Amino acid sequence: MTDLRDVSPQAPHAPEAQEWPHAPEGPEWPRVTTAGFDGFVVRFGDALSEAANRAALAFRAAVDLAGWPAVAETSTSLVSTYLRFDPLGTDHAVMRRQVQSLLATQDWYAAALPQGRRLWRVPTVFGTGYAPQLDEAAARAGLTAAEAIRQIAATRLRVQTIGFAPGQPYLGELPPAFDIPRQTELTPEVPEGAVVVAIRQIVLFSVTTPTGWRHIGQTRFRLFRPDADDPFVLRPGDEVLFEPISPERYSALAKAGPDGGALSEALK
Amino acid sequence: MSRTLTLHTAGPGLTVQDLGRPGYLAFGLSRGGAADRLALAEGGALLGQDTSFAAIEMAGLGGTFEASAEMRIALTGAPMGAALDDGTALRWNASHLLPKGARLTVGAARRGSYGYLHVGGGIATPDRLGARGVHLAAGLGARLQAGAVLPVGDDAGGPVNMALDPEPRLEGGGLRMVPSLQTELFGQAELIRFQHTTFVRDSRANRMGVRLLPEGAGFALDGGLSVLSEVIAPGDIQVTGDGTPFILMSECQTTGGYPRIGSVIPSDLPRVAQAPAGAAFRFTLVSLAEAVQIERRAAEDRARLPARLAPLLRDPAQIRDLLAYQLVSGVTAGTDLDDDDPDTEEGRRP
Repeated sequence: MTDLRDVSPQAPHAPEAQEWPHAPEGPEWPRVTTAGFDGFVVRFGDALSEAANRAALAFRAAVDLAGWPAVAETSTSLVSTYLRFDPLGTDHAVMRRQVQSLLATQDWYAAALPQGRRLWRVPTVFGTGYAPQLDEAAARAGLTAAEAIRQIAATRLRVQTIGFAPGQPYLGELPPAFDIPRQTELTPEVPEGAVVVAIRQIVLFSVTTPTGWRHIGQTRFRLFRPDADDPFVLRPGDEVLFEPISPERYSALAKAGPDGGALSEALK
Repeated sequence: MSRTLTLHTAGPGLTVQDLGRPGYLAFGLSRGGAADRLALAEGGALLGQDTSFAAIEMAGLGGTFEASAEMRIALTGAPMGAALDDGTALRWNASHLLPKGARLTVGAARRGSYGYLHVGGGIATPDRLGARGVHLAAGLGARLQAGAVLPVGDDAGGPVNMALDPEPRLEGGGLRMVPSLQTELFGQAELIRFQHTTFVRDSRANRMGVRLLPEGAGFALDGGLSVLSEVIAPGDIQVTGDGTPFILMSECQTTGGYPRIGSVIPSDLPRVAQAPAGAAFRFTLVSLAEAVQIERRAAEDRARLPARLAPLLRDPAQIRDLLAYQLVSGVTAGTDLDDDDPDTEEGRRP
């Protein structure tokens, strides 16, 4: 498989580590804290950074690999790892020590991205009646709609975390112009497959939901397929390119099945 | 399909529920499952089967059910009027025999929010991602509609006409919380004020979360809107921009950026789920060590449920025995024998 980063000078913009804020330094990171009655969270920073995101993913993989019997479930958010355990079987102090000793085994900020990552090219209709907030979001970013589409389509976005709704990715990072706030009011209903934008991130909706993010594009890519062998399509670390299509092409993709015309290839 | 339960009428909030599907948090899918998990344990005890069997959760209003074959059933959670079409009234918090072809009508909740209809063998709708519990927010399954025909599993057999005195939890009250991810951002003074504030359960509540209205000022956090999105678990008390707390429930989202002032301990979540609109809550912050003790006792109580079953007595000749039983359990003699309202009984205790 081709690594698209090497294809040509026009290759899509890939987020390189040096373009992201640096990993937090100093002895206060990472931080271990309890979360509710039966959880621990390990935070690798207090702001989104590529290194902290990678650290969270790598530490979760290490906890899963450790196979501690008290641990029931693990997950990651943008820059933190969560574990749920049974405090009636293992007390909090013991669990904390286990977490801290695993943390001490390596520099998690230097960890590699997860194995088996994929690049997804997702046909997307920007604006029109399908995604009515493109003009508004572009204006907020100080761009014309055409320039906003060009910049988004040229940016390879990485799945930083899956969350909020089943299979739903938080994708980053867009160019600085897109550091636009969420709206204060909720849009009552934005459909599954919607591309929404705020704070230099894109979320691709896996369910129909109210949102405070602006709806700028629409896809037919189904991210949660409860009756499929693999119900969740994307994984943290995967990368996504939104490829502009016409409304006519979008209509035709209604017959394209759950991928909605999206194609994937392995990333090295 | 040898054994089925047919819905002739259905209230607007009927879903098949079990203990949910843990293990998918990393994929953005919360555990889900019954809003009142203790009710599943009570139903399991009443029917002598495992807590994991799926039941019908009825939010506010029941429906009319017909069994294709004689079935053992149990009714738990929020008490609702229940009767067979021959006029026989069925007591809540008890197990019964539902004859083949009889129609069971379950009415509106008299107290609390979620009633449960359990069947011997459990509701046997297909597993999806390892569980039967409907997850409305994720689109896993849907509310039950009139005309639905639900498969019922084979019943290994067990007791019937047994009753259970449930743990009172239908009218709000005290909630114990432990620290959550942003508790310290609120500061000591606000944390104390939070614990001295009475909250009223808003009409906005569902399987995802329950909104609470504070008496007095809200608990908005300066800069609270810029908290980085982190993991959410049921019980977390999320404070939205206007200072109003939401307690997140079984179908909550898996991550969120609103600050959380605390997290309700698991054994108090049935109390949150069951409180009707207008019920009052107060919070107490407890240490993790105290919470462990509380949860350990709650787990022991759940394990003892089968031992606390008592025969459901209807024969007038046996009423004397029933009175004796109630005196032993500390309830004042002379209470209405059909009173299945645990909160009222609790209130009458000396």
